[in-house]
Amino acid sequence: MTRYILRRLLQAIPLLFVISLVLFFLMQNMGDPIATMGGRNVTRSADRERLKRQLGLDKPIIVQYLYWLAGNDWAKADLDGDGIAETPGTRRGVLRGDFGLSLVNKKPVTQVIWERLPNTLLLMLTAEAMILIFALLIGIYSALKQYSTFDNIITTITFLFYSMPVFFFALVTMYIFAVNFKKWGLPYLPTVGMFEPTAGKTPLQVAWHMVLPTATLSFGFIAGYSRYIRSAMLEAMGQDYVRTAKAKGLPKPEIVYIHALKNAALPIVTIIALDLPFLLGGAIVTERIFGWPGMGRLFLDHVSRGDTPVVMGILMMIAVAVVIFQLIADILYAWLDPRIRYT
Amino acid sequence: MNRRQVILDLKDLRTRFHIAEGTVYAVNGVSLTLHECETIAIVGESGCGKSVTMLSVMGLIPVPPGEIVSGQAFYRGRDLLALSEAEMEHIRGKELAMVFQDPMTALNPVLTIGRQISEPLRVHLNMDHATAQQRVIELLEQVGIPDPKNRMNDYPHQFSGGMRQRAMLAMALACAPSVLIADEPTTALDVTIQAQIIELVTRLRDALCMAVIWITHDLGVVAGLAERVIVMYAGLVVEEASVDELYDDPRHPYTLALLAALPRIDRRRDRRLKSIPGAPPNLLVMPHGCPFAPRCEFVFDRCRAETPPLLPVAIEHRARCWYDVVNGKPFE
Amino acid sequence: MESIAPPSKGSIANLSPDVLETPPLSLGQLTWRRFRRHKMANFGAIMLILLVLYAFGGAFVFSEAYANKTETGARLQAPSREHPFGTDTVGRDILARTIYGGQISILIGLTAMLVELVIGVTVGAISGFFGGLIDSLLMRITEAVIVIPQIFLLLVMAKYFAASIPNITILGRTFSGSVVVIILVIGVTTWPYLARIVRSQFLSIKENDFILAARATGTSTTEIIFRHILPNSIAPIIVSGTLSVASAITLEAYISFLGLGVRPPTATWGNMLEGAYNYIETAWWLWFFPGALIALIVLSINFVGDGLRDALDPHSRAI
Repeated sequence: MTRYILRRLLQAIPLLFVISLVLFFLMQNMGDPIATMGGRNVTRSADRERLKRQLGLDKPIIVQYLYWLAGNDWAKADLDGDGIAETPGTRRGVLRGDFGLSLVNKKPVTQVIWERLPNTLLLMLTAEAMILIFALLIGIYSALKQYSTFDNIITTITFLFYSMPVFFFALVTMYIFAVNFKKWGLPYLPTVGMFEPTAGKTPLQVAWHMVLPTATLSFGFIAGYSRYIRSAMLEAMGQDYVRTAKAKGLPKPEIVYIHALKNAALPIVTIIALDLPFLLGGAIVTERIFGWPGMGRLFLDHVSRGDTPVVMGILMMIAVAVVIFQLIADILYAWLDPRIRYT
Repeated sequence: MNRRQVILDLKDLRTRFHIAEGTVYAVNGVSLTLHECETIAIVGESGCGKSVTMLSVMGLIPVPPGEIVSGQAFYRGRDLLALSEAEMEHIRGKELAMVFQDPMTALNPVLTIGRQISEPLRVHLNMDHATAQQRVIELLEQVGIPDPKNRMNDYPHQFSGGMRQRAMLAMALACAPSVLIADEPTTALDVTIQAQIIELVTRLRDALCMAVIWITHDLGVVAGLAERVIVMYAGLVVEEASVDELYDDPRHPYTLALLAALPRIDRRRDRRLKSIPGAPPNLLVMPHGCPFAPRCEFVFDRCRAETPPLLPVAIEHRARCWYDVVNGKPFE
Repeated sequence: MESIAPPSKGSIANLSPDVLETPPLSLGQLTWRRFRRHKMANFGAIMLILLVLYAFGGAFVFSEAYANKTETGARLQAPSREHPFGTDTVGRDILARTIYGGQISILIGLTAMLVELVIGVTVGAISGFFGGLIDSLLMRITEAVIVIPQIFLLLVMAKYFAASIPNITILGRTFSGSVVVIILVIGVTTWPYLARIVRSQFLSIKENDFILAARATGTSTTEIIFRHILPNSIAPIIVSGTLSVASAITLEAYISFLGLGVRPPTATWGNMLEGAYNYIETAWWLWFFPGALIALIVLSINFVGDGLRDALDPHSRAI
């Protein structure tokens, strides 16, 4: 097993390398870094040239990539922008944990991301917990009550939700639970931010502000997974081994939750582990609508301003997360299914 | 006459399946009796309703699409078909146990053999973990699994086909049931292993005085195993007799055809094996008249019009046919 | 007495032998039959036709100039007799804009699907058919694209190509060049899943005896691919292509919603939503109509895709 994990991690290195290379090239046309950095006051071409040299943007792109990857403290850099590279560089490169400085606020990229990451994780983990609980409950229950009224209603609703774009769900729930509840004098849900500035960042405030974003982030996944769990459970319940378990006189809960679920869980666990990083995708739209100060909004803000270092940092972080979760999915699968052994 | 006590008495069982294409008339009025410590065989082609009959008795028919339309199944005087699901749970695996055809799919792939065998012990006999483990080892030993202490921690895929079926048997026998229903337990196995399993069941049956219902499509395996044979066709019992009587003096044309299709060493080598002409019946249509009529070589008008009743033709021997194959003419 | 009860009349009449022995149907007929029996799929197909009629038929009622005409005096008007869906922030009629926006959204959905299909099928077919080094190379690329969640990639690429393509004029109508950008960007980021499906289809079909037979009789490689393997793997491609239209429409809506999509004045259902959440309290009609139309078309396409999946399933026993 250890050897398998090591081999997979080794295989991931060239993959991440290629991804970073392609993304880095894509970034070059994303905007004008000089404008991003200096605002409107850098209009003189001499100033532009100087800034470019200071940032190392005058170098060929492949050299820029090399510096991004491995740093430039081993090469001479032109820090004062006079056209002569005389001082050793200060960047240590991604490989040594230095993602550079944000062009927008000149803070280290890692710090910029680090400030937002907890907010997104809070939202994501809560959403994932909701997704698991509701998807399992709905999926198993409607499998057990196949073709019942409940099952038919749930099937229709899940199909509806599965097809509904995130923003539409967000806008409709906002309109009902925030705008109209307020109008009708009912306790209404907040729509923007993490807490009321007047009330301060108390856990209760944050929890209250999380209701709508969490629902928005999880509804589509709940719908998708519960459909999936339903069909996986139905398939498992139709298998011979379930009949055997029944023939043994086992009580129904034991048949459903041990014999059937343990088999049905195999594909479910894999899919959930693979999808987890993709919750971030939904987080972009959700965080934008609800003004949630997380990574999704950070990404959006910095993409539109062409802040290459931050955008690269976020994308590489996600890429690593996806690769790791793919590995976790495989390991979980092997752990749950005795028929599979990785060597 | 059989003086042993009747343990299972099945009366006029009818089971149907409602599927997209219509209704499948799977079992159309089956009655049979089983005595204590007796072994009977139910023989018929696939789809004749033999498995569905026994699954109905065990309450293992999925409802829907299945539906038990009518009938009673008295086990020691209690009608199993009238019991609630909770009451049936106490009977299944404890009083009546079942072994299935394909031991690969019938065992749960993600649970250890030991755990699967210990489940009925825990549920029915309230054994604690340690006692159950001990009993599992004994059971595995009994069915001839070498090194049971270690093998009980294996998963089904680590067992060979024959060993899996032995493990299935151990599981069925865990609570020393009075009736064992074996649903084609050797069909998926090699011939040599088949013989071993049959030998094992016979030995265990004699040791435990257990009644056995052996479901098979192969008249050949029945000979050394069962006392009585029930032949089924299109969801009906068409003939019922002791093994010897059935082999020596078959009365239903279908049984005749089955025996003719069977290779036998005591026959001349140059005699061709005969296959039964025509296709198995279409159970989507309620049989009208004798269901075997379209394939029968003795068919005459009455067969197509009326379904024959199951009538005694000799002592302890009944057949469902309008034609007297012994005298070569229709019954009066 | 153990005779069989007389059969009930209904069951016999419905299933007389000659009904059961109708001549075998062709695959197309069989699929059509199964599809027609799928209630949800029928509902989806009808909805879809209505939506297409709405978007393209509506053009005979309102002119495009009317849809793009701003009237600052009539901004943010609630639905009324004159403007059934209300007006937007610059006084354009929302009903007319949903009609022209629908055309672009549907067009983007279809063309993005075509782009995806061309890349996905080509990569998958080459990978699955030739195997070896080409296969592992192509699959690494596929993996690399999958590793970045699509929406992130879309945003980066939309930003990358933004403003680099001028407006284009087709059939006397001017479209924002960003439409082409969005189509390409969506197509270029969605193909990996299809490529994987096609690859696995090719891998399994390639091993069949009839391919071996074709090879033995000297059939050329291109002919084997196009005449033998591709037609046999068409079912999952059709299903996946159908569902792709829905996901392309959604994706366009996402990036337009986030402000990096199709530029005005060209309307799409997606870019009509841009900034609409700022008016959540004051002007619900701004987001409701385009949002509901997107939800509806995605739902309909998913229903149709689901029906096609069931209808084309070779393992399905239903007639």
